[in-house]
Amino acid sequence: MQHIISLLVENKFGVLSRVSGLFSGRGFNIETICVGPTLDPSISQMTIVTIGDDRIIEQITKQLNKLIDVIKVVDLTEKEYVLRETALIKINARPEDRAEALRIADIFRARVVDSTPTTYTVEITGDEKKIEAIINLLRPLGIKELIRTGKIAIAREEGKTITKE
Amino acid sequence: MTTKKTGAEIFVESLKKEGVKTVFGYPGGVVLGIFDVLYSEKNINVILTRHEQGATHMADGFARATGRPGVALVTSGPGATNTVTGIATAYMDSIPIVVFTGQVATKMIGNDAFQEADIVGITRPCTKYNYLVKDVNDLAPTIAEAFYIAKTGRPGPVLIDLPKDVTQAKTDFKYPEKVELRSYRPTYYGNKWQIKKAAHFIAKAKKPVIYAGGGVIISNASAELKELSELTKIPVTMTLLGLGGFPGRHALSLGMLGMHGTYAANMSIHNSDLIIAVGARFDDRVTSKVEEFAPEAKIIHIDIDPTSIRKNIHVDVPIVGDARLVLADLIQAIKENPETEPWDKIRESWLKQIDEWKRERPLSYEQDDIIKPQFVVEKINELTKGDAIITTEVGQNQMWTAQFYKFDKPRTLLSSGGLGTMGYGFPAAIGAQAAFPDRLVFDIAGDGSIQMNIQELATAVLNKLPVKVAILNNQYLGMVRQWQELFFDKRYSSVNLAGSPDFVKLAEAYGAVGLRAVEPSDVEGVIKEAIKVKKPVLMDFVVDREEDVFPMVPAGGAINQMIFAPEKKKVEARLKAVK
Ligand SMILES: Cc1cc2nc3c(=O)[nH]c(=O)nc-3n(C[C@H](O)[C@H](O)[C@H](O)COP(=O)(O)OP(=O)(O)OC[C@H]3O[C@@H](n4cnc5c(N)ncnc54)[C@H](O)[C@@H]3O)c2cc1C
Ligand SMILES: Cc1ncc(C[n+]2csc(CCOP(=O)(O)OP(=O)(O)O)c2C)c(N)n1
Ligand SMILES: [Mg+2]
Repeated sequence: MQHIISLLVENKFGVLSRVSGLFSGRGFNIETICVGPTLDPSISQMTIVTIGDDRIIEQITKQLNKLIDVIKVVDLTEKEYVLRETALIKINARPEDRAEALRIADIFRARVVDSTPTTYTVEITGDEKKIEAIINLLRPLGIKELIRTGKIAIAREEGKTITKE
Repeated sequence: MTTKKTGAEIFVESLKKEGVKTVFGYPGGVVLGIFDVLYSEKNINVILTRHEQGATHMADGFARATGRPGVALVTSGPGATNTVTGIATAYMDSIPIVVFTGQVATKMIGNDAFQEADIVGITRPCTKYNYLVKDVNDLAPTIAEAFYIAKTGRPGPVLIDLPKDVTQAKTDFKYPEKVELRSYRPTYYGNKWQIKKAAHFIAKAKKPVIYAGGGVIISNASAELKELSELTKIPVTMTLLGLGGFPGRHALSLGMLGMHGTYAANMSIHNSDLIIAVGARFDDRVTSKVEEFAPEAKIIHIDIDPTSIRKNIHVDVPIVGDARLVLADLIQAIKENPETEPWDKIRESWLKQIDEWKRERPLSYEQDDIIKPQFVVEKINELTKGDAIITTEVGQNQMWTAQFYKFDKPRTLLSSGGLGTMGYGFPAAIGAQAAFPDRLVFDIAGDGSIQMNIQELATAVLNKLPVKVAILNNQYLGMVRQWQELFFDKRYSSVNLAGSPDFVKLAEAYGAVGLRAVEPSDVEGVIKEAIKVKKPVLMDFVVDREEDVFPMVPAGGAINQMIFAPEKKKVEARLKAVK
C-alpha cells in the first residue's frame, strides 16, 4: 500500500543522501521525494511517497527515526491530509489545436504559463487523479515534455506523530 | 584572554577531555600537523600500526574490552579507505569507535586532489554518523558530539573527516560540557505497561528460554540477567556476541544457539513457549529458516533500537530500552506479580527435558593421535583458568572457540559476528592488550585469517603488547572447505593453504616468539610456555586438516534439524538425495 511520510530533518549538508541512502541500502521504494525549507531555517521538511506492506512501513518509519538528523516522522496515510503535486506540461500548439488546449486547461483550472509559436506550457496543480486526467486529455495534442514535482502533503489536523521518545 | 589554538591542538585537547589515553594511528601528508602535536603530548599514547585496517580493529578491540570508545587516526585518501572494513565490522556489531581521517584542504575538496577520497560518502552506510568539519569553530563541538553518539543508545562507529586547513586554522578552545541533540534521544527506560505484560507472560510460561545477545554485554546487564534467570529458573542461551553475558558454566546455561549452537540450546528454543530476547537481533545465523523458528513461542523482545524489534520476526511484547535498566524493572515487576507460583515446581519438567537434551548430544570430539582443534581451545580455557580475554578470527576457529571455551564473564570474547571479518582477531587482541597491559590476551586464529593482518606483529612487538596467537593450523580455509565437503561434493576449490609461511620463523623474524605443537602431548607445554614469556607469541598448532564444526544447521533448515559429527556420512547421503 502507498504511504505518505512527512519528515522534519536538520537542514544540514548530506541529509538528503542519508535519507535516500537508507531507502536504497535497505531495498525500500521511493515513489517521490520532495524537500523544502520550513519556517525555521535550521529545519527542512521532506515528503516521501513509498510503497510497502505494514511490516515494511513500520521498518521504514523506525529506520527514518533512527537517522541522527531526523527530528520527526509522521505517517500521514493514517490521517486525513491534503496532497498536491504540480506538473508542467509542454504540448504542441498548432493553430487548429490552440482553442482545444485552452479549453482543456480551463476545465482543470490549469494555467498556460508560457507559449511559443508552436507550443504551450500548461501548469497544473492537484492530486494524482487530476494530473493523470489532464495528461490523458492533452495527449492527443502531442505532449513534448512533462515535468512533475512529486507530491507534497500536509495533515488536515494533528497527524499521528511518531516522535523520538 | 585565552590564547587561540590550532585545529590540531584542539583535536588533541578534545581527546583529553574525552579521557582518551590511547590512539591507534598511521600518519600521512594532511595529518602531519596533528601528529606533530601528538609528538609532544605526554598524556596520549599513539600506537603506530602497520595498516589502517589494523588501527580500526585495534580501536574496536579496545572498545569491546573496556566498553569505552576506541580511537583511530589516519590520513586522507588511501589511509581513509583502508579503515572501511574496520568501520563496517564495528558497525555490524554495534561497537563504539571514533575514527578521525585527514582530508585535503576545504578549497580542494571535490577537485580530485592528491589523496582525496570522499570518505564521508563512502562510510555513510557503515557509520552511525559521520562528519566533515569545515570550520575550526565547529571542531570541538563536533568531537564532543561524535563521542556522545558513538557510545550512547545503540553504540556504533562515528567518523570525523578533518580537512588540513581546518587543523591549521586557529580559534579559542572551549569544550562543550554537555551534548544535547534534539533529533537524537535514545530511550533507556522500558514502558512500564509492557514490562508488566512481560512479567505476566513469564509467570504463565511453561517452557521459557532467555535468548541473550550482544546488547547484554553492551549495557553491562550480566548481573541483572543472572538474577532474572536464577529467580525464575529460566535457562539462558546466548548468541556469539552474547557469550560471557551469562556464565558459561552455570547450570542454567545452554551455551550458544544457532547454526553452530548446542543441541540443547536449539531444541530448547524450538520447543519453547516463551522466548525472552535481550539485546539480540534475530540474526539469520540464529533463526535459520524464520518461518519455522520457535513455532509455539510468544516473544518478549528487549532492545534499545526500535528497528531491531519486528525486523525479522513477530514480537508479542516489544520493550524498547536499555537491557540493564529494563531487566532491573522486569525483576521488580516479577517479584510484585501476584500470579507467580513457586518457580522450582513449575519449571521441573522443562528443566528435566533440557537436561536430557544436554546429555543426549553434548558438544564432543574425539582426540586421537592428531591434534584436534577443539582440544587446543579446551586446553587454553583450562590453562588460562577462563580468565583471559579471547579474540577470534573468522571461520572454524571462531566456532570452536564459541563452543569449547566456557566464557564466564562479559567482555572476554571479542569476535566479529555480523560482518565476519577475517583478520579481525589479531589487531583486536592488540587493542585489548593496550587497554589491559596486565591481562592475558589470546587470539584464537585460523591460518588463513591470521595472514590477513599478520603485519601487526610488528606493532605488538615494538609496543611490548604480549598477545598470544594460537593458530589452529589446518592448512585450509577450513570453514569454506567444510561447506564444500558437505554441499559441493568435496570439490575443494581455492581453499588449500598448504605452503603457507613457517609461522615459527615468521614470528622470530618479527622479534616475537614462535612455538609449534605437532603432537597432542605438545599442546599443553606450548600454551604454558606462551603464557610464561612476556612477549608476543605465535603458536602454530598443526591440527587435523579435515575436522568439521558440528553440530550444524544446514543453511535454510529449521534449527532443530541439526547434523552431527558421527552421522556425517549418513548426512552426506541425505543431502545428496535432497539435491
Ligand atoms: C562463521 C560465523 C558463524 C556464526 N555462527 C553463529 C551461530 O551459530 N550462532 C550465533 O548466535 N551467531 C553466529 N554468528 C554471529 C552472527 O552472524 C551474528 O553476529 C550474531 O548472531 C548477532 O548477535 P546478536 O543477536 O547478539 O546481535 P548484536 O549484533 O550483538 O546486536 C546487539 C543487539 O542489542 C541491541 N543493543 C545494543 N545496546 C543495547 C542496550 N544497551 N540495551 C539493549 N539492547 C541493546 C542492539 O540494538 C542490537 O539489536 C556467526 C558468525 C560467523 C562469522
Ligand atoms: C575478509 C574475509 N574474506 C573472506 C571470508 C569468507 N570466509 C569465511 S571463513 C573463511 C575461511 C577462514 O579460514 P581460516 O582463517 O584458516 O580459518 P578456519 O576456518 O580454517 O579455522 C573464509 C574465506 C571472510 N569471512 N572474510
Ligand atoms: Mg584454516
